[in-house]
Amino acid sequence: MVMAASETKFHVLAVDDTLIDRKLIEKLLKTSSYQVTAVDSGTKALEFLGLNNNDHQDVEVNLIITDYCMPGMTGYDLLRKIKESSSFKDIPVVIMSSDNIPSRINRCLEGGAEEFFLKPVQLSDVNKLRPHLMKRTQTNVNKRKAMDEIVSPDRTRARYNELEVN
Amino acid sequence: MWHGIDMCSLVYSFAFVPCACEHQGIVDDQFTQLRKLEDENSPHFVMEVASLFFEDCEKLINNMAIALEQKQGVDFKQIDECIHQLKGSSSSIGAMRVKNACIAFRSFSDGQNREGCLRCLQQLSHEYSLLKNKLQTLFRLEKQIVAAGGSIPRVH
Repeated sequence: MVMAASETKFHVLAVDDTLIDRKLIEKLLKTSSYQVTAVDSGTKALEFLGLNNNDHQDVEVNLIITDYCMPGMTGYDLLRKIKESSSFKDIPVVIMSSDNIPSRINRCLEGGAEEFFLKPVQLSDVNKLRPHLMKRTQTNVNKRKAMDEIVSPDRTRARYNELEVN
Repeated sequence: MWHGIDMCSLVYSFAFVPCACEHQGIVDDQFTQLRKLEDENSPHFVMEVASLFFEDCEKLINNMAIALEQKQGVDFKQIDECIHQLKGSSSSIGAMRVKNACIAFRSFSDGQNREGCLRCLQQLSHEYSLLKNKLQTLFRLEKQIVAAGGSIPRVH
């Protein structure tokens, strides 16, 4: 079934172990009209996504924004886990940090992060998220159109490959 | 409904307090950014964040005081972690002087200088008290304005 992407709000998963920062990022995202789920660890983020559940995506998450410095699983560790999973690797990930360390920033960007925000995060930073979400939505719309064109009552049809869409 | 001059002076003070705070460097632009986020959906956003910060700050200052008192040796790693946390949250709320006190504190903690750390902790407590005092004045004014039937002037 085709879902028009413009009907629902984008859903952002925010990850930060500090309560104040979690409250702040949640407020910034809600002010920008995003639906927000905020969790306090990378482990909880993966649980929420359903990564532990045989890699099946339980909920639709359009973007993940995570703090870098967290006990246990860092934001970088979380980034890598997302990018290494077949179900979630296309979800854009943004990293936040209070420390301005160029080698850290490069590592995160090279690891697949779309953006790296220095804390304190402001509304002008959150405004930079929209292009990353819009890009992914267009890809999804194309994929869904292509899927509709496959007519196959046979449940054991071959795995779907990317088709050219006009 | 309004009590004439009383309301005017309340609203004036309400505008004055944050300006004075910023002028004195007690808060920086980040605090203004937080006030701009306050709206009808979350009319007490700044107060809520500030309350969390006060709790956090008091706990961390207390932990550092205890750590510095340890006769068998000061755990500077723990002190460093406390400073890191406090620097982060003071930065998030825009508490500039508290944040700067943390930065100064860090160099003494890195140097494992107990005396220096004790002085810094005192300075930090002082900056925190100053900030708390100013912000509580602001929130009290806000309540008084609302109680007198006025509305809070929003920051744009």
